[in-house]
Amino acid sequence: MEKQVILNATQLELTLKRLSHELIETHGNFENSVLIGLQPRGIHVTTRLKTQLESILDLPIQAGTLDITFHRDDFRRRETPLLPSITNIDFSIENKRVILIDDVLFTGRTIRAGLDALLTFGRPSQVQLLALIDRRFSRDLPIQADYIGKTVDTLASERVAVEWKEIEGQDQILLFTKEGHEAAQR
Amino acid sequence: MKQLSVDNLTGIVDLTRQDIELILETASRFKEVINRPIKKVPSLRDITIANVFFENSTRTRLSFELAQKRLSADIVNFSAASSSVKKGETLVDTVNNILAMKVDMVVMRHPNPGAAKFLSEKIKARVINAGDGTHEHPTQALLDAFSIQEKLGTVEGKKVVIVGDILHSRVALSNIYCLQKLGAEVMVCGPSTLIPKYIHELGVKVSHHLREALEWCDVANMLRIQLERQEIKYFPSLREYAQLFGLNKALLDSLSKEIVIMHPGPINRGVEITSDVADSAQSIILDQVENGVAVRMAVIYLLAAKIER
Repeated sequence: MEKQVILNATQLELTLKRLSHELIETHGNFENSVLIGLQPRGIHVTTRLKTQLESILDLPIQAGTLDITFHRDDFRRRETPLLPSITNIDFSIENKRVILIDDVLFTGRTIRAGLDALLTFGRPSQVQLLALIDRRFSRDLPIQADYIGKTVDTLASERVAVEWKEIEGQDQILLFTKEGHEAAQR
Repeated sequence: MKQLSVDNLTGIVDLTRQDIELILETASRFKEVINRPIKKVPSLRDITIANVFFENSTRTRLSFELAQKRLSADIVNFSAASSSVKKGETLVDTVNNILAMKVDMVVMRHPNPGAAKFLSEKIKARVINAGDGTHEHPTQALLDAFSIQEKLGTVEGKKVVIVGDILHSRVALSNIYCLQKLGAEVMVCGPSTLIPKYIHELGVKVSHHLREALEWCDVANMLRIQLERQEIKYFPSLREYAQLFGLNKALLDSLSKEIVIMHPGPINRGVEITSDVADSAQSIILDQVENGVAVRMAVIYLLAAKIER
């Protein structure tokens, strides 16, 4: 496995700041808007954005976490069952503008499940999607993000990993390339 | 990734501690699901489950049905009273006929101990035991453990006394296995005629004095006297049983600490437990019922993952 840094800590910080300002452009002071992070990896993006937004606006921002395990379309198509993470939405989403947040947008299947899971909590007036990394040209479903941290072109066999200081010890986004790919491409 | 070590749930005796913990953890996620405005998830859309009940049940059957519906499974119900069993069909034939209609999982209650295990060896579908005679009632034990964990934070190290008709109780046996596997200490308490002779070999304490047992425990699980399984008289009268082994408010309040009261239902108010105890703040009887749906969803979900495609 070869790895390549897509965004380092400074660049990631800048990207999160820019995304926060983009969100404020559309959502103003977040009177009627909430952040929902998708489990397991979208919640870290959400926490960072919430902190950023709160420091810029000096207002409390409502944020929740949503687990999509029971809404996935690959149950029983895997070797082992998918185990759920915690869902914590302690506010009503009825008539709210919801910003769904995930770290990497790839096939779009997670977001499809996320939309279904979200709607079991009520009827939001609008749902938008924020993805820190958009893996372009790899969608299985017609789903696109409204806010994108960075767009990358990748092969299906490659892997993008978003790492966080609190979890992995360092803020960075990596692209893992299988050796032999280049040889095969030549 | 974790998964269950068994393909069927015929008894707690076959489960490992990891299995039980996996079920309880998954159940807490489902408990959140059943408290949403829309209490349903689509996980089991392509699964069909048959509920086969050869013995009466209200709570368990309703609980299983709700769990299945909230997982979006298709269900068929079957009860012995209205079936060909009355016409002389064998258990395996009955179930195989149901399976021929493309059913993936069978939830069965049966009056004979071992019926679920027997069935699981004869058929291809996943089997969940919803009570087999006086043997086991695994989902009840799991929901009891879940309720204790929810109330007290953990099961490990807790002292649980099971009071009443231990001899005829599948709830008692499943609870003993489940609680011990999770690291709790278990005592059984009741008249000597209703305590199996060699039960101490399971590593449980035995007491014939209710007050002594209650002073020892953190949790008391009060069982119903199963008159329908008793062919002979095991004690002189229900009135005498209620006086010696019934839990009333005066006794509960006179204890040196606050204990948690459980009951698997149905309650015979005034016999094993008085109304004011059953409805007191220390009682988690209705929590047990709510948790039952979440725990059964977890069991069905984890076993459904093992259905061959």
